[in-house]
Amino acid sequence: MHELSIATSILEAVSKEKQRRPESRFLKVGLRVGELAGVDRDALSFGWEALTKDTEWDGLGLEIEHVARRQRCTVCQFEFEAPDFMTACPKCEEMLTVTIAGDELDIAYLEVEEP
Amino acid sequence: MSQIQVEKKVLNENQIVAERLRAQFREHGIFCFNIISSPGSGKTSLLERTLERLPKDSKVALLTGDLQTENDATRLARFGFPVRQIITGGTCHLDARMVEKHLAEWNLADLDTLIVENVGNLVCPTGYDLGEAFKIVMLSVTEGEDKPLKYPSIFFKSELMILNKIDLLPYVPFNADQAKANARKVHPGMEILDVSCTSGAGLDEWMNWLKQKRGDTVLAAHS
Repeated sequence: MHELSIATSILEAVSKEKQRRPESRFLKVGLRVGELAGVDRDALSFGWEALTKDTEWDGLGLEIEHVARRQRCTVCQFEFEAPDFMTACPKCEEMLTVTIAGDELDIAYLEVEEP
Repeated sequence: MSQIQVEKKVLNENQIVAERLRAQFREHGIFCFNIISSPGSGKTSLLERTLERLPKDSKVALLTGDLQTENDATRLARFGFPVRQIITGGTCHLDARMVEKHLAEWNLADLDTLIVENVGNLVCPTGYDLGEAFKIVMLSVTEGEDKPLKYPSIFFKSELMILNKIDLLPYVPFNADQAKANARKVHPGMEILDVSCTSGAGLDEWMNWLKQKRGDTVLAAHS
């Protein structure tokens, strides 16, 4: 259950942004979470609510965009989505493929209301 | 209403500290690895077997993480190398700041290898870079062979999987080939070593692997 630590880190980043724009009202944080990031979406949302409740951040939304795993074949260079660990190349059947997306844990955007 | 593009890693603060550690390790020619597994897979046992095989003048130090107790540090200190326990007090993983803080009392110029034993947990330590050259994941044959599929992130992010307790294979319904195939589904081409900390099987291969990686890492840092 490290989602509370993750939520704390997001809030730290948001607080920093708030210092830069003290007049703005913050509405939502957009997060990008890859399939391989090892972060549970429900636990993160729960941690976020627990952490923001009855604080100045109460009501600040957290929108989580899921990013699927993508692989690139080391032989034919074909790029493909790899659900359920189907990491072998669907084109040439090569087993050795490299991950090009799916381990993101990024704050993508902030939605704010300017004064 | 407007949208501000942030495009920042959530664990950015951790990453900054981890990169600072990595730069220090590079400067001092220190090879660092971070070993992760479920509780009870045998991380501390592997490190005991590793330390007893090292020449006494090796410049190795260890940091070992647990929620409570100094037990692991006490076990590891018997081999005469510097060991510090990181008691996280409930936190389920180590982060780069804890490592930096616990390294502060050591003179890095006196070290060439730093072993970090993470808190026993296959999920939470995954996302935290500690400045290590790489992560190593350990699985034991008393667990399920589907663990790589249940906890894919750590198998994806680790350079090596160590399959421990192979002396017990005749007594447990564990399909080692299936476990390895699962690991390689998650992490194509993953390196895997079979060991038993009890019988000693595979430990020579492990020590050779370590020596080889240590050489590669230090060479890469100086090229």
